[in-house]
Amino acid sequence: MNRKTKLTAFNLDIRSGRVDMSHGSGGRAMSQLIEQIFFKHLDNEILLQGNDQATFNVPAGRLVMSTDAHVISPLFFPGGDIGALAIHGTINDVAMAGARPLYLSASFILEEGFPLSDLDNIVASMAKAAALAGVPVVTGDTKVVEKGKGDGVFITTTGIGVVPEGVNISGGRALPGDVVLVSGSIGDHGVAVMSKRENLEFDTAIESDSAALHTLVATMVASSPNIHCLRDPTRGGLATTLNELALQSSVGMVLHEANIPFKPAVVSACELLGLDPLYVANEGKLICICSRDDAEEILSSMRAHPLGRDAAIVGEVIEDPDHMVQMHTSFGGLRVVDWLASEQLPRIC
Amino acid sequence: MTQQKAEDFFSGEAIRLKGVVQGVGMRPTVWRLARSCGVVGNVCNDNCGVQINIWGSRASLERFKHVLKQNLPPLCKIESFICSPLDLDEIPPSDFTISESDQGAGNASVTSDAATCSACLKEVLDPNNRRYRYPFSNCTHCGPRFSIVRKIPFDRENTAMAEFPMCTCCKEEYLNPLDRRFHAQANACPECGPTLSLENAQGSVIHAQPHKDLIQITASLIRQGEIVAIKGLGGIHLACDASNHFTVANLRRRKNRYKKAFALMGRNIKMISTYASVSKMEAERLCDAAAPIVVLRKIHSNGLDSVLSDDISPGQNTLGFMLPYTPLHHLLMQDLDFPIVLTSGNVSDESQCIDNAEAKEKLSDIADYFLLHDREIENRQDDSVLRIQNNRRFFIRRGKGYAPQKILVEDLNSKNVNVLAMGAELKNTFCLLNRNEAIVSQHIGDLENVLSLKDYRHNLGLYERLFRFNPDVIAVDKHPEYLSTKAGKELATQRNIKLIEVQHHHAHIAACMAEHGLKNADGKVLGIALDGLGYGDDNSLWGSEFLVADYCGIQRVMHFQAMAMPGGTMAIQQPWRNTFAYLHNLGWQTIEKDFPSLELIRFLRTKPVTNLNVMLDKNINSPLASSAGRLFDAVAAAIGVCREVANYEGQAAIELEALAEPFFKREESNAYHYSVKAGCISWQPMWYEILHDLARSVPPPVIASRFHHALINAVTEVALILCRRVSLDTVVLSGGVFQNQLLLKNCFAKLKAHYLNVLIPEQLPANDGGISLGQALVAAHSL
Repeated sequence: MNRKTKLTAFNLDIRSGRVDMSHGSGGRAMSQLIEQIFFKHLDNEILLQGNDQATFNVPAGRLVMSTDAHVISPLFFPGGDIGALAIHGTINDVAMAGARPLYLSASFILEEGFPLSDLDNIVASMAKAAALAGVPVVTGDTKVVEKGKGDGVFITTTGIGVVPEGVNISGGRALPGDVVLVSGSIGDHGVAVMSKRENLEFDTAIESDSAALHTLVATMVASSPNIHCLRDPTRGGLATTLNELALQSSVGMVLHEANIPFKPAVVSACELLGLDPLYVANEGKLICICSRDDAEEILSSMRAHPLGRDAAIVGEVIEDPDHMVQMHTSFGGLRVVDWLASEQLPRIC
Repeated sequence: MTQQKAEDFFSGEAIRLKGVVQGVGMRPTVWRLARSCGVVGNVCNDNCGVQINIWGSRASLERFKHVLKQNLPPLCKIESFICSPLDLDEIPPSDFTISESDQGAGNASVTSDAATCSACLKEVLDPNNRRYRYPFSNCTHCGPRFSIVRKIPFDRENTAMAEFPMCTCCKEEYLNPLDRRFHAQANACPECGPTLSLENAQGSVIHAQPHKDLIQITASLIRQGEIVAIKGLGGIHLACDASNHFTVANLRRRKNRYKKAFALMGRNIKMISTYASVSKMEAERLCDAAAPIVVLRKIHSNGLDSVLSDDISPGQNTLGFMLPYTPLHHLLMQDLDFPIVLTSGNVSDESQCIDNAEAKEKLSDIADYFLLHDREIENRQDDSVLRIQNNRRFFIRRGKGYAPQKILVEDLNSKNVNVLAMGAELKNTFCLLNRNEAIVSQHIGDLENVLSLKDYRHNLGLYERLFRFNPDVIAVDKHPEYLSTKAGKELATQRNIKLIEVQHHHAHIAACMAEHGLKNADGKVLGIALDGLGYGDDNSLWGSEFLVADYCGIQRVMHFQAMAMPGGTMAIQQPWRNTFAYLHNLGWQTIEKDFPSLELIRFLRTKPVTNLNVMLDKNINSPLASSAGRLFDAVAAAIGVCREVANYEGQAAIELEALAEPFFKREESNAYHYSVKAGCISWQPMWYEILHDLARSVPPPVIASRFHHALINAVTEVALILCRRVSLDTVVLSGGVFQNQLLLKNCFAKLKAHYLNVLIPEQLPANDGGISLGQALVAAHSL
């Protein structure tokens, strides 16, 4: 607390100032930045102690830790920004173990010349997301790189959480006969970000689904602690994540295209762009794999939560030595949904 | 009687027959001829083919060899007939016998399935024969082979017939060397062989009636307009009355196949000739033991009583016909006086079903009835499709009846390596190559289909077993996303063997060179590969390549100017996107201003033009491709052909060709223009001409004709310049776009007129079905 008041005599020009090398020098300029942007927004007791580390007590149980680096262009997009994304991403990674997230750390790499107003907005958004989620950022770090050596701002967040007794969720636990659920519409984030980045305009605005999923997970775990796998289909989308899970669990999967929730606006944007929404990133959705017996209960618990209203059973786990993900298409065919070796590229002749 | 010299009498010779010599009645033929010539000895099948040991007078040995060569069984294909003297110490037997199969190491051919022979058909139609109306009759000259084989040697216990022990009568035929069914492994009769079953889509079994067997009941069902799934030789078909417009439309809707042509079966050539013109050579092909679908020119109905549904091959001037090729088909067609649609039993573009339970599950929403049988189809095979042009045979799909016959290529003598080439993504085939023998698999299909992918894996294993083939090297396409490439990489890693990537169009050209027996030492050729897309050496998408090529390498000397494909794969599904890309390349705003009232421009304005311009300007999922296929799409869509959505691969090009054909000759001097600069053929001049023609309301067929002439001119004129510049005298034409007969025929003729040697694919399709052979050759040469 005392450090905060001590240095505010020199005010940062947040409205028109820019990040310069001195903000990473360890000197007074850096302290100003920390206090007037980071401490101002991410205000919490542990952080404001001003130590190089956070100290806290942890409840009993298994601890979970996860880290995630966030780079995105553009930094601000419909439905979110890099700040909120950095909070949600790590909370979700922790939550996918069935854990209750406790604390976060954040480290920033800023590019020389980056507008302080943008940084202020990003950190404010982080603070808001963290407060809404109830998971504080308790320690952090900042570095500045020369102009041209970064892309505005990169944010790495790390989170720790604790897994309740009796919960054992892992990507390797899918069993033949299990069912595959998703918590809502697929592909929103990727399409929203791309549209914004490339100035594409659609009749219906598409927003990123960026959200913290830990309360949804808590509801699901409460309804049935015997969930086998949870994972958020971020980069690579639903298709890639299911392939990861199939490989990790040594099983195959069969999806039913007609049951996968898509927003019509996302479908039509993907059609125009020629993208397969199954491979498009999500930032507020999860995949759940559980036994068929538990599925209905888990599904209704998801649908009762605001972030799982459109949850659906989209497929099942099968035995398959080739660990293939297949999909019954709306045309009645059965298609291979494979990993992509690179970006989406036409392979039809 | 003059006394013969002892040594003369005891001359002994070993004859080794290689090629397609097993399962074709070779041994009984040899046995009969040996006895008639008075020679003693034995004959047996082994893993190299057929081995004959004979003793007798020199004259009788010579006579035997002569009559054997004259009387070879119809289905056999002799690759080599090698005689060598037998050891004098060996004691000749007293008789001529057929020995049991010898299972040594080696490499014997497995034969293709063959259409019912005339002798079997006669029996089946003879009320006094014990096989009267028996749908599974066959003999050593006909019947199932590859479709029922599980492993070699081709003996009954290694086939799907293992489940049917022969009755006494059949066994007698099987053991009697004088019988047509001597060692006919699939021999069967009503007593002991497979049986038919008929049920409706709900699973209720329908029984034969006193004077109406299941085939006759099926015929009446078809007459009534029902769709019947019928299990055939290599797969399960869907059949219906081809003259019943309502049923055909129904089949299209239920199958989710709206435009792609349906294959037809006619009772005989006479029936087929009512609907399509059949030349002598086409008739020969139709009657061939392979029983392919032959693409024939439609005869447009002039008030005939029975007219086929227009929905059979919409937008095309052709019909694909085949003749009955099993007793089941013959008996069915006897009862019907119209052709039937006989299309693969599948949903949309999947592989056709081969298993009864699978068919009942997958086809229950399509078929009203199921006419099935209890002989397993071990190996799926689609009907082969070909067409005849200038007395040459062109494959569109090579499957039943042809695979897995060997293709002989240049002998890579010093390189005794086994190459497994994994093929392309669509219309996949794979290839096993050892020295001068290439075995190209049957058409497997589009690998993104789960069933096709499973079939691919099954067949890779099967061929390795059947041909005792253990690859030393694996060849794959360069495209990183082809499932065949991924499968090849996986296999190479698993077995720790070498992997070689082969460029798509290089493989197209090499395949055609190989089937014509070209040697690398013959020098380089000018290869012209026109197709949809292939992954290029520069990691961009290619598809209109003029390559100075041999097996070892290519030099890309010319190509069409690359054009963006807005939306990537979506540009293949929606042809109009390619039109937009070409107009964007001319300057969309100017074009829009110069031709504001053009129907095409008004149509394109209904599309999200702003976003499309952004995509093209910023290169958002709009990969550049020098694709000839996309050029066809663009021109077709520009004149309103297959504009919104392509229902099947190549639809726009196929319909554009059909449209152009009637006006083709007339428009010869009105070809559109192209320009050449910096190694690129640009179609900009043509696009202005098309726009002006559209503005002057020139009819679409005329525009289509002028476009074809432009393309032919570009290909041939550029080819001539390049051949002169690089001193080449052989031009190889390949790639799926060359399935266009106007293009192929005229390019061929024009280049020939300049005394160039022109090679075109004949033993394999020009499309990606031929890629695997080229991959294998290129890989073998790169070692």
